[in-house]
Amino acid sequence: MSELNIERDHASLAEDFNKDEKRVNWHDKTLWFIREKRDKAAWQIPEWEQLREHASHIKNHVLANLYDYLLEFERKAKENGVIIHWAETPEEHNAIVQSILKKYHVNKIVKSKSMLTEECHLNKFLEQHGIEVVDTDLGERIVQLANEPPSHIVLPCIHWKKEEIGVLFHKHLRTPEGNADPQFLTHAARVHLREHFLTSKVAITGVNFAVAETGEFVVCTNEGNADLGAHLADVHIACMGIEKIIPKRKDLAVFLRLLARSATGQPITTYSSHFRKPRVGQEMHIVLLDNGRSKRLASDDFRNALKCIRCGACFNTCPVYRRSGGHSYHTAIAGPIGSILAPAWDIKKNSDLPFASTLCGSCSNVCPVKIDIHNQLYKWRQEIVRNGYVSTKKKVSMNFMELILSNPLLFTLSGWIGRKILTYLPFIVNNNFNPWYKQREMPIPPKESFRSWYQKNKQH
Amino acid sequence: MKIGLFIPCYVDQFYPQVAIATLQLLEKLRLNVHFPLAQTCCGQPMANSGFESLTSGCNLNFINSFEEYDYVVSPSGSCVLHIKDHLHFKGREQESENIKNKIFELTEFLTDVLKIENLSASFPYRVGLHQSCHGQRGLHLSQMSELVAPSFSKTEHLLKKVKGLELVALDRKDECCGFGGTFCVAEEAVSVKMGKDRVADHLIHNAEYITGNDMSCLMHLEGILKRQKSNVQVIHIAEILIAG
Repeated sequence: MSELNIERDHASLAEDFNKDEKRVNWHDKTLWFIREKRDKAAWQIPEWEQLREHASHIKNHVLANLYDYLLEFERKAKENGVIIHWAETPEEHNAIVQSILKKYHVNKIVKSKSMLTEECHLNKFLEQHGIEVVDTDLGERIVQLANEPPSHIVLPCIHWKKEEIGVLFHKHLRTPEGNADPQFLTHAARVHLREHFLTSKVAITGVNFAVAETGEFVVCTNEGNADLGAHLADVHIACMGIEKIIPKRKDLAVFLRLLARSATGQPITTYSSHFRKPRVGQEMHIVLLDNGRSKRLASDDFRNALKCIRCGACFNTCPVYRRSGGHSYHTAIAGPIGSILAPAWDIKKNSDLPFASTLCGSCSNVCPVKIDIHNQLYKWRQEIVRNGYVSTKKKVSMNFMELILSNPLLFTLSGWIGRKILTYLPFIVNNNFNPWYKQREMPIPPKESFRSWYQKNKQH
Repeated sequence: MKIGLFIPCYVDQFYPQVAIATLQLLEKLRLNVHFPLAQTCCGQPMANSGFESLTSGCNLNFINSFEEYDYVVSPSGSCVLHIKDHLHFKGREQESENIKNKIFELTEFLTDVLKIENLSASFPYRVGLHQSCHGQRGLHLSQMSELVAPSFSKTEHLLKKVKGLELVALDRKDECCGFGGTFCVAEEAVSVKMGKDRVADHLIHNAEYITGNDMSCLMHLEGILKRQKSNVQVIHIAEILIAG
């Protein structure tokens, strides 16, 4: 794949992940359990499918009127005393955040989970500029201590076993060696994080929904860490993609019902916190990022992906994700949705991801806002090939295949040759150069093809 | 009623018994069935690999082969879905649209068009049904486990009419087997793991046969079963519906 400028592609990283089959089984079962919880939660709502349809309509409406809604949101937020920033690129986004931090002379911030800051690689940027970032979401903190990116947008450390977390905490938080009791470890993390909460002047949060009508934004967490961070800090910076807008507060009645049920099977997240105006003495900033979103908005094929509410349901249901792990996607957002988002950010670097799927379609079916993920995967494949991000080997074999499959005579002849090879010279295909044969037997060749049988027996 | 039999390229070359069973099944129902000899492939292997641009030859060949028939029937959900979603050729738009509307996967044709009530088939074995994704989620041959909606299955409906057949329940009713066209070699490790898990779900429920609407998935599962030296066999649904 060096030709494509991908250091390690999904297939090769997934192959590594599959070297420990027991771990793959564990990973698969853990995520499948969440998919089943999601199913149970969905079945509690008889109007589930209408709710998805409704959410999809609202999002489509927002995307069709995004310009107006963004301006409305900005106006209302400013009226509320919030400072609004617009960033076109991740670099601009990071520079804006840094300039705010500079003003307050801080060398540490607390951050609650935000996939947008992952998208911008904010942690790395701030650390390079001497600012310590403390992720306060427990899962996020675990992967941060391990110096890893999250492997899942909702369950960032789903690839870690509790025993391994015990070892990690022993090293970093000085918990007793060998203690892997989740309650104990959570308490240790709580004590450790509390100190950071109390000593941080600036808190960064993500945004789940930004309400145009009121200028408020909603952050959904289970741990309350976004609230603790924002309430204790002098400055609250909320980072959001421009697609997070919803028209009215009442629309939350649709999205909050869908989000947690789709994500983890909970009826609702423990905290759905509304932030509208800074409290007295506090400063509140919202940074709105484009990063290719407005370009995508213009694309009939790919616009739909902007409806995403980052629930992660497509991860949990994806049979490939469950058996390849989040890191095999080598991008901030893994899984099926990541595979259709990442090529827009960097088509060259992520040209392997739309192929990391069987196009089974389960992702589109669980999506609470009805993004046609599997169709977009198909369309990205065409786009990638059209732009030449494909190996010469694949190009040659596809042209060869086309030549044979579009010509009845060549097709019949090659079928005959193929059957003869399998019958008389099986070693030509039954070897390690044939990826099929590595762990699977080849089909036993029949004496004749159907067309040959048909000509003999049926044609008069 | 003139029926064009569309046999997927790999079935024609490697699983002729599936094509013969399909033909015999339709002829048993007193239908006038033809196999146009110029047919080759629906173009899906190229298209799913990102080379839809290379499918015009296959598309034209497909249109020329099947435009004259009242119905096109095929023992494959995947290939039928590909035609329904992607068949096109400049200047032959109307013919493409006509074919998209008259092409049916075999079990869909039996239940929706012929509405058959009785089958004189008998297959006294424990059978697991691998409901392939394209037939299920693409053609809606059965309800999908992700949706909050009443369950149905055209495939099971037919299997339940087969004398002696015992359908085994699986833990994961509609999990993908990992075949996925070129995915099966490009992502060999994940593809095989998915296949092994799919096979294990059938084995744990003591299935003697694994059946389905798509021979491609079954070929992948068969490769794994044979490598495991298992006695469990794969069999296309057409072969069951004509058995006994």
